[in-house]
Amino acid sequence: MKGATIMAVGRDFAIRRLHSLLGVIPVGLFLVQHLVVNHFATGGAESFNKAAHFMESLPFRLVLETFVIYLPLLFHAVYGLYIAFQAKNNTTRYGYFRNWMFTLQRVSGVITLIFVAWHVWETRVQAAFGADVNFSMMEDILSNPFMVAFYLIGVLSTVFHFANGLWSFFVSWGLTVSPRSQRISTYVTLGVFIALSIVSVRTIFAFIQ
Amino acid sequence: MKFKITRQDNPDTPSYVEEFEIPHRPNMNVISALMEIRRNPVNSKGEATTPVSWEMNCLEEVCGACSMIINGKPRQSCTALVDKLEQPITLEPMKTFPVVRDLSIDRSRMFDALKKVKAWIPIDGTYDLGPGPRMPETKRQWAYELSKCMTCGVCLEACPNVNSKSEFIGPAPLSQVRLFNAHPTGEMNKAERLNAIMDDGGLANCGNSQNCVQSCPKGIPLTTSIAALNRDTTFQSFKNFFGSDR
Repeated sequence: MKGATIMAVGRDFAIRRLHSLLGVIPVGLFLVQHLVVNHFATGGAESFNKAAHFMESLPFRLVLETFVIYLPLLFHAVYGLYIAFQAKNNTTRYGYFRNWMFTLQRVSGVITLIFVAWHVWETRVQAAFGADVNFSMMEDILSNPFMVAFYLIGVLSTVFHFANGLWSFFVSWGLTVSPRSQRISTYVTLGVFIALSIVSVRTIFAFIQ
Repeated sequence: MKFKITRQDNPDTPSYVEEFEIPHRPNMNVISALMEIRRNPVNSKGEATTPVSWEMNCLEEVCGACSMIINGKPRQSCTALVDKLEQPITLEPMKTFPVVRDLSIDRSRMFDALKKVKAWIPIDGTYDLGPGPRMPETKRQWAYELSKCMTCGVCLEACPNVNSKSEFIGPAPLSQVRLFNAHPTGEMNKAERLNAIMDDGGLANCGNSQNCVQSCPKGIPLTTSIAALNRDTTFQSFKNFFGSDR
């Protein structure tokens, strides 16, 4: 009987919860770490290269990348696209704040996926082909004003998707239940968005001289 | 007074808009305006037409039958006072549900969802079980708010995740799970209801747009119910997976 009740539960629930969890742990944590380490760029080429080299030479690099980044990110992206295109966005009729956040979460998710795919191709995949990922590589990419705009939009959309995703993570796991706790969580995650935006915009401009 | 009504002759035929003009009477609501049209079904071009079909019952916003989209927002037509609405007044059926004819819709899916989530307290038996446990007054007060749900369908209409591409049962039946799980006797079957909403099309399909709580005509704290159930199902999923004697 007990087994029967468990069997009655479909796969949707576990997959949606996994999607919510992986967005924060480990993908969100990796994002924060990545943005913070990149901030070394504001200290000049040498300080950035030192930090980048440290990250590159971590032991078990490929294992870490696979389980902390590639697999969780791939799952989050693929299932996220399914969720995004399942929604029937209706902000014209219901222009409430949370409904706008709902729509923006889906829009920013798609922008983030496009940006991250390009970013991974331009840096990590090139590194696998033997390129050296360093300060001058980023300087080179961002010497193109179009790429500066692409990076600004891409990174800000990623940071928004993470901060707002954190808000819904707290709701989806039942951590913020009351309207007041959800309101406080809105302010806290807004703070996360602003703080990470400052960190990442400063980094981008550090590569532009 | 001008009315623009989205009409549909059959469940399968395309919809069309027909305009009506009727004389104003004081204290009119949308239902009495529709009755006026029914009395003399002539559109604003002066052509004779069929009377507009709609559903109604209690006329005091407790049954939920007369829900429709009035000037862009889903609500009950019985409490939509014509003097408080901008002209021309547009009336559309809630197309999240199958349209039966004109403004009449079929809300069966909501009642099916209530059956699926076991939104009742099983007390039937062969002998008198005696009085059940008492309910704390503070709990009774918020549970009463949840009991005001009239299955009107407005929250499903407003939800971006309730649509033809999704199986989501919508906010209303979820909140009923919280209501019956809050009841001291109903609580004895809590796990059954939680497992029911953990099935496909259940709780996890909520995307937190929170349109439901903004739109509910009874002011039911639907998003609080959903978040509380998120917490309960988190624990329930651990119990299911790891096993528990509680």
